[in-house]
Amino acid sequence: MDWIHYMVDNLDLLTSRTIEHIALVGVAVGIATLTGVPIGIAITKNERLAKAVLYVASIIVTVPSIALFGIMIPVLSLIGQGIGYLPAVIAVLLYSQLPIIRNTYTAIHNVDPALREAARGIGMSQNQRLQKVEIPLAVPVIMAGVRTAVVLNIGVMAIAAYIGAGGLGTFISRGISQSDPRQLILGAVAVSLLAIIVDYSLLALQKRLTPKGMERAAFAE
Amino acid sequence: MPVQNMKGALRLLLIVFVFVAGVWVQASGTLDELLFYLPDVQYLVVQHLWLTAISGGLAILVAIPLGIMLSRPSMVRFAESAMQVLNVGTTIPTLAVLALSMSFLGIGTVPAVFGLFVATLLPITRNTYAGLKGVSPALREAASGIGMAPIQRLFKVELPNALYVIFAGIRTALTINVGTVPLAFLIGAGGLGELIFTGIDLYDPLMMLAGAIPTALLAIAVDALVATTAFVAVPRGVNPSRA
Amino acid sequence: MIRLDNLTKVFDTPKGAVTAADHITMEVPSGEICILLGPSGCGKTTTLKMVNRIIRPTSGKVFINGEDTTDLDTQELRRNIGYVIQQIGLFPNMTIEENITVVPKLLGWDKAKYKERARELMRMIALEPDAFLKRYPSELSGGQQQRIGVARALAADPPVMLMDEPFGAIDPINRAVIQDEFLKMQQELNKTIMFVSHDIDEAIKMGDRIAIFRAGNLEQYSRPDDLLANPKDDFVESFLGEDRALKRLNLVKVRDMASEDIGTVAPDEDLQTALSRMDDHGYPGSIMMVNDRHQPVGVIPRSVARTTRGYCRDHFDTLPAIAQLDDDLRKVASLMFAHDMTWLPCVDEEGRLCGQITQRAITHHLGSRYRVQQVETVAEV
Repeated sequence: MDWIHYMVDNLDLLTSRTIEHIALVGVAVGIATLTGVPIGIAITKNERLAKAVLYVASIIVTVPSIALFGIMIPVLSLIGQGIGYLPAVIAVLLYSQLPIIRNTYTAIHNVDPALREAARGIGMSQNQRLQKVEIPLAVPVIMAGVRTAVVLNIGVMAIAAYIGAGGLGTFISRGISQSDPRQLILGAVAVSLLAIIVDYSLLALQKRLTPKGMERAAFAE
Repeated sequence: MPVQNMKGALRLLLIVFVFVAGVWVQASGTLDELLFYLPDVQYLVVQHLWLTAISGGLAILVAIPLGIMLSRPSMVRFAESAMQVLNVGTTIPTLAVLALSMSFLGIGTVPAVFGLFVATLLPITRNTYAGLKGVSPALREAASGIGMAPIQRLFKVELPNALYVIFAGIRTALTINVGTVPLAFLIGAGGLGELIFTGIDLYDPLMMLAGAIPTALLAIAVDALVATTAFVAVPRGVNPSRA
Repeated sequence: MIRLDNLTKVFDTPKGAVTAADHITMEVPSGEICILLGPSGCGKTTTLKMVNRIIRPTSGKVFINGEDTTDLDTQELRRNIGYVIQQIGLFPNMTIEENITVVPKLLGWDKAKYKERARELMRMIALEPDAFLKRYPSELSGGQQQRIGVARALAADPPVMLMDEPFGAIDPINRAVIQDEFLKMQQELNKTIMFVSHDIDEAIKMGDRIAIFRAGNLEQYSRPDDLLANPKDDFVESFLGEDRALKRLNLVKVRDMASEDIGTVAPDEDLQTALSRMDDHGYPGSIMMVNDRHQPVGVIPRSVARTTRGYCRDHFDTLPAIAQLDDDLRKVASLMFAHDMTWLPCVDEEGRLCGQITQRAITHHLGSRYRVQQVETVAEV
């Protein structure tokens, strides 16, 4: 249990790296939400485009993060940003697109046609339908996508410590290179707990954002 | 069909991009330098695939029976809490899994395979369970009603109907596995991570690329391979992608 | 008033053009319910949905209260037409109140007005406002949800309503209740309504007029009684069913058929008087006994009157069945069959005897329409 002593001795470092970790993932997923949700909505208008966009996004997610870093660093080093935050943030941005776009698209696409017809029939414009019916109904599913993206990318960010992006992964990388089990375990436990806690918090948020009348429908599965 | 056209156009674009990149690589003499790593790449790819095959294969062999077991009515009391644990387990980043594995088992192939095994096990078990639980109660009732024994019901009705979901789990799990193997290098198991991480340490872009490109291609290939297997293996009537 | 003028819809499908509605011309007078009826794929729903442009007409025009709607803004048009669909389509993310007030809000009503309107509508559909307004659709039964669906359509008090199999997804018992409630509301509201149905019984019950569709064409457009008595061709006839004469029983009320001429006896008259009165009126089996308020209390069978001496009050049988003036003939016939009777006494709202209805009169009524038509047909030829 040496790692606990180590943790107590290095509480400041743990805190700052945790904040760094959360901040990086948060900013990147935040930006990804700002791009992913509009894309997800836009592609509901065109099935061909939707398939193509989702196909590309799924290929991107398939590429392992470390391979993505390995490919990005040589490219980004052309502009002098090879190592550090930038490749990590870009990777998180890219990986977040699939869950966010896919969930947005699926949720809007799957809104009950009867509701859409009812909304049209009572004279809502396309924007009003989107604002008053389709998006409110889709919010829980979109949130689920954001949650998936955040949890996935907490892991990606841990690996990004190897390319100098900081965060909790630094404990693990130092732990391995210095053969220091205290740092190693602290890093692994901290990043795992972070992922679990964030997952649960976002689930709670997702439930709060679910329109009241829909809890049963949204969480039936 | 139009969708094929779209994909076709994308593929064409990719080919053009690869061609241009290839020309540039050739012209700048980078290709020769990349080819320098070819023997290493060949050796490491084999090693990489071995790690995936062993850890992934073991995981499938354990996960599917485990999922089946949890889905049995007699296990209903434990199943939900077991799934909670598995769900929490899947949120743990793979690097952390490997790190924990190393801190208990030390350095080498065994902790690496064990870490990979655990990371792969969880999604497959989860999907096997979810797939079997998702089989419509009406189907199960019908199967019992025509006199199938529980074991017959499992093999003739439940598993075929859950197969698509199970394969989805295997696909996710193996893709994660292939993508995690490079990290296994960090705890001394080899694989393509050797080129990537050494490349990063030495800040040698070519070495990074020599490791990263095959890793990416390998992941896409494994993903496609499992997808194709699922496409062929899952009966048409219960296979949404063949509907 | 809704008037369709050569309304046509042609769908382009991979198998070629399909005409879903072919030059439909018809008019629904103000305050009437018009049922569009026909088998699936006959064009009835397409026709309905062209009125509020959920489906855009290929050609032809829709007039509402004499105004050509072609150049109206689509959203504006729809906000002034009530729309009820089979799937109900209540927005699950909104409370009942929000669902009902969504159109008034779109129309820019002020808050106090639409809130009051919501309560008014809830009372109209017989759901307690305080108990339901703050609830969500998922907390209501199917029947309650469809009542809310109707309330939502009525919210802005549109002169015209379109209803696409509105009660189709509700179980038969609740359906009958909602149909009755709706008819009662319509008596006060006098909306002009187009109503799609595939249920002939519903059409007869709800419709002031029925339009029968087949393969995109309007086959026959008549009042229900005319339709049942005189189907235009074999298709309409087979669609109406072989028991169409029986279906007409639904359309006639006791009030329209009852004979006011009925002989009675009082409890304190003796049985001999009863017997002679039976003979006077030519009743073969029995005679009614009424109290001093003219309410029927029993019958004196002829066999008893002939063989026994005494007062009627000591020798009557109980009445097996009574018809109310507002009952339809279907119920009357059913009572007659159930009790093996050839006639029934009729009573008004206060339970006073006001006449009788006989099997003979019913069959005569049903048959007369056919005889008239046969004569007309022969004359035309």
